[in-house]
Amino acid sequence: MTSTMISRIRQSQIAQLIASGKRLDGRELTEYRPIQIETGIIEKAEGSARVRLGKTEVMVGIKIELGEPFSDRPNEGVLTTNAEFVPLASPEFEAGPPGEDSVELARVVDRGIRESKAIDLEKLCIIPGKKVFVIFIDIYVLNHDGNLIDASALAALAALTNTKIFKYEVKDGNVEIKPGFEELPLMNFPVAVTLADIDGKLVVDPWLDEEEVMNARLTISFDKDGKICAMQKGGSGTLSPKQIIKAVKLAKEKSEELRSLVVKKA
Amino acid sequence: MAEKIKLIDENGIRTDGRKPDELRPIKLEVGVLSNADGSAYIEQGKNKILAAVYGPKEVHPRHLALPDRAILRCRYHMAPFSVQERKSPAPSRRETELSKVIREALEPAIFLERFPRTSIDLFIEVLQADGGTRAAGVTVASLALADAGLPMRDLVVACAAGKVDGYIVLDLNDIEDKEGMADVPVAYMPSIDAVGLLQMDGQLTPEEFEEAFNLALEGCRRIYELQKQSLKAKYLAIKESVEEAVEEK
Repeated sequence: MTSTMISRIRQSQIAQLIASGKRLDGRELTEYRPIQIETGIIEKAEGSARVRLGKTEVMVGIKIELGEPFSDRPNEGVLTTNAEFVPLASPEFEAGPPGEDSVELARVVDRGIRESKAIDLEKLCIIPGKKVFVIFIDIYVLNHDGNLIDASALAALAALTNTKIFKYEVKDGNVEIKPGFEELPLMNFPVAVTLADIDGKLVVDPWLDEEEVMNARLTISFDKDGKICAMQKGGSGTLSPKQIIKAVKLAKEKSEELRSLVVKKA
Repeated sequence: MAEKIKLIDENGIRTDGRKPDELRPIKLEVGVLSNADGSAYIEQGKNKILAAVYGPKEVHPRHLALPDRAILRCRYHMAPFSVQERKSPAPSRRETELSKVIREALEPAIFLERFPRTSIDLFIEVLQADGGTRAAGVTVASLALADAGLPMRDLVVACAAGKVDGYIVLDLNDIEDKEGMADVPVAYMPSIDAVGLLQMDGQLTPEEFEEAFNLALEGCRRIYELQKQSLKAKYLAIKESVEEAVEEK
């Protein structure tokens, strides 16, 4: 990405180490940074979580409102995912309308949740064609040290498992909110695993310096049954077909590890 | 959804009469816009897409220029009349994401380091959408880049495969894309065996993914031949018109 002299020196240092199977921060090639997950940290949100992935820190808040369904899906609730690159998270981030990186991040996280049918959207329909619950997943990047996709996907999943939805009653076609809460109906638990290609070697969970020198990255989301539910290649380089197949195998193993941090095996 | 639409019949034939591993008819034309430095047009099924390249040229705003290479800027955009329900002409989040992944598929093909401090601006206009527009957009954009005379490592060609009614199929059309079970668009440079774009949505086992991915690569190789033919066709036409002019004299 960057083309400064310093980053070229850094690049060769990082790449040389990786060629010999080591990483600058001491990790194995297939090892994640330490992960901490906290849930229910924002009382005013219907669901929330904070994930620390090494020094990367992402918060997800979930808000639920009443709204109208899309005309082509009258019997389903609405899911909206948004990502904010908050300027306090990195000297590279600027306030203003969302850039393409934050749009991509939100859409990749959204794809994993949507395609795995993580939320039972049909249960969020109140009056078909008229009133449904609208779920807002807001990803808030607080400190950027690489691999925002995995951290955000994990935080979104953790926040969803902790989301409460208010009770309601339909009277004469009107929706009345009642006291008390229910659990958000979840059907699946997708997690995203990102690998970076650095000089032909695959590493899991690239941190910022590795992202700056990588050829390309590949994110693969797996659902609870080990099916792939979303994929996204990123970065201005290429991957060989062989590497992609290898990445899928590796990512599948890592996805189980990540999911076990959020969801206790039933 | 009340009634699931049947997308593949008992003989394994798709709604538009194709076999599972068959591409839609493709028409490619190079050098279609006189103002652009390079341009191309594709029809793939009912998709109709134009691509134009301007540059390498001076960068505006200037601070975006890079000292050691050109920047590639890409805008994928859908015309308001390209889909059933009018699409607002303002760029959607989908278009923002697609512009990014298409750029990232094409950047590795171009020798950007030959043109420091410049920009290459690429515009992809979807005039009619029929499923698989990002793949067709990549295919036509890479022809426009070649038409602009930019030195490239290879042509970039893209094609999608996916899962429809339980079958792994090639080159999904609009209804298969919307009602199907998974979609895997791939952009590929066949002569250097490199993948520049890979996305997926839907649900596939790793084995199904591998099958769909390999089928998409096979589709890419077939479209690659058509790409080369269309580039040659432009220059053959020029040669013929010159020869005619000489004969008339």
